[in-house]
Amino acid sequence: MKVTLFIPCFVDLMFPKVGISMAQILEHLGHQIDCPENLACCGQPAFNSGYWNESREVAIKVLNELKNSEYVVIASGSCGAMLKVFYSELFAGTEHAEAAKLLSSKCYEFSDFLVSKLGVTDLGAHFPAKVTFHDGCHGLRELGIKRPARELLGKVRGLELVEMKDADVCCGFGGTFAAKFPMISTAMGEVKCASAFETGAEYIVSNDSSCLMHVQGLLSRQGGKIKTIHLAEILAQT
Amino acid sequence: MKAFAEEFKQQARRLTEDLRHRAIIQTALHKYEVVRDKSKAAFQDWQAARQAASETKWDAINHLDTYLLEFVEKIEARGTKVHWASTGQQAREIIFGIIREKKARSIIKSKAMTSEEIHLNDALEEAGFDVVESDLGEFIVQLKREAPYHIVFPAMHLTRGEIGELFARELGSVPSDNPEDLTMIARRVLRQKYITADIGLTGANFAVAETGMISITENEGNARLTAALPKTLISLLGIEKVLPSLEDLALFLPMLATAGTGQPLTCYNSLYGGPRQPGETDGPEEYHVVLLDNRRTELLADAEQRDALHCIRCGACLNVCPIFRNVGGHTYGTTYSGPIGSVITPHLRGLQDWKHLSYASSLCGACTEACPVKINLHHHLLQNRRNASTQKPSAHEKLAFKLFAFVMNRPAVYEFAKRAGRLAQKFHPLVRGTRLDPAYGWTKTRDLPPVAKQTFKEFWKTRKPG
Repeated sequence: MKVTLFIPCFVDLMFPKVGISMAQILEHLGHQIDCPENLACCGQPAFNSGYWNESREVAIKVLNELKNSEYVVIASGSCGAMLKVFYSELFAGTEHAEAAKLLSSKCYEFSDFLVSKLGVTDLGAHFPAKVTFHDGCHGLRELGIKRPARELLGKVRGLELVEMKDADVCCGFGGTFAAKFPMISTAMGEVKCASAFETGAEYIVSNDSSCLMHVQGLLSRQGGKIKTIHLAEILAQT
Repeated sequence: MKAFAEEFKQQARRLTEDLRHRAIIQTALHKYEVVRDKSKAAFQDWQAARQAASETKWDAINHLDTYLLEFVEKIEARGTKVHWASTGQQAREIIFGIIREKKARSIIKSKAMTSEEIHLNDALEEAGFDVVESDLGEFIVQLKREAPYHIVFPAMHLTRGEIGELFARELGSVPSDNPEDLTMIARRVLRQKYITADIGLTGANFAVAETGMISITENEGNARLTAALPKTLISLLGIEKVLPSLEDLALFLPMLATAGTGQPLTCYNSLYGGPRQPGETDGPEEYHVVLLDNRRTELLADAEQRDALHCIRCGACLNVCPIFRNVGGHTYGTTYSGPIGSVITPHLRGLQDWKHLSYASSLCGACTEACPVKINLHHHLLQNRRNASTQKPSAHEKLAFKLFAFVMNRPAVYEFAKRAGRLAQKFHPLVRGTRLDPAYGWTKTRDLPPVAKQTFKEFWKTRKPG
């Protein structure tokens, strides 16, 4: 099938391996991938900050670029929630309301697309390590995705998944929140890291690079031994 | 006004660095989660129960005009005097009026967040009345001259040892950290107060329209004594407390207990329908009900956020909120803290003064997931943010997001910004983590990943020429 991969700005700029892994995995499964080069952002930073007009300026472009796509796979649960859930609120009562609804029905977060849409859990991946999984809030609560990532990890050769306490509690990123209220955001990140340390895992895995950017940012400053890695990067290791 | 926001940030800074506070709150709320999950499991279908509760509250709030009048008619028919208070000031005047008419000196209170909302204790104490909180947690924070830390657990931030020291200092008791000893100390003080109090004052958990009754949920029996012993009883409640029928309590009482404290049901649940009736042997001679608006009707007029009035004040959203867990209840500086407080305080006390609470959220949605009546709390925080910036945009943020939209919508500009970013990060180590760093909010405690040598778009171009 034809799949449009939506690579959000921060994945493009800072975590290209995540996008590359996703493209490789989907192509390996025999799908035809396209990545609209004109798209960079879903508009969430402006939306979350209350600047809905500015957010719409960006989001309208997303609606237009993706209107002919068959399936849209988003390389982040958070941006996925923006396209799938928040666009309907952003465009409610506007001429784009219908387009937003249509787009919503075509959008999938990466792990959910593999498991729920394609019915694939075993990608033949091999990653001999002890890992713990952090649920990104938007993927978990806006999109209702909890099991797919665990099912995928369960099939990775050599991988041991140890659940941390409060895996579904926010890591403290929250977009502009992290910079506006750094003391709260940092404290939340510290609590998250402490839960991850307790498991004795070597890696914190997530399906959202934004959470990992926050956690990794804290870890590398505080000298923690645990590393972070995106689910797609693990699944691409054969 | 920026003062409230600055105060919030300052307190948040202090509390997030306080690792002892963090440990106390995390431990207490983990214990809550364990018992809550057990009680939730006793429901045949918790999600269906939430849906039913949300529909009942929707009905109650969207027909508040009829249900309130029905409630008033029924409760007045049994000799209760109902008072309508548009503002906190009016509510205080009504209560003072009753107190003066009765020539009362002492008032015993059971837990009522509405009385915190209208700052009743301060006003009563200032006027020279003797006012005592009878809920153990409230009694403790009153002795400590503090506001309740949490709407359900007012003294959860204090250890047994600290409470023992407080009692020793304020009540002259023998220091102890044994919960039974501490409860006995409080009980000895409070029993005397019930007997001598002229007036009892309670809040309400629900107001049943069908039968004209007030429902009070508690664990200590203190509300029953407050309602039964003094000659005059006053109940102060928000107008949103209405439930249509008595049968609704069959769902709402266990639901409030489960979400609130994790209990399947609280120890005492009582209904009050009026003063002592002919032939009855106990109960107050006079019963006054004060219905408080205090800008709730303004929230009612807001179709988008009206469901915030569904709140049954269980505190579940506070308990699961990672922001609350790290900054604590007092930091908010509001009567209602946590997610529900951040949603409604801008409506009750002014959007521009209290908008910072709506921004102080990672929008994780744990609150919405926990809410037993399905208030879409974190989406309301987004709406508050939108309303605040539409009403009064910050000049630099507006410019920043205009620029953001400009960059994101133009591939050539995005490309330029990326190159500029790569260049800038060469010099970043010179200022990283210092006040001169434009990304200081982030880099003070965290590293920022660099722009990749080859971005995804660059990779994609090399792979798919043309």
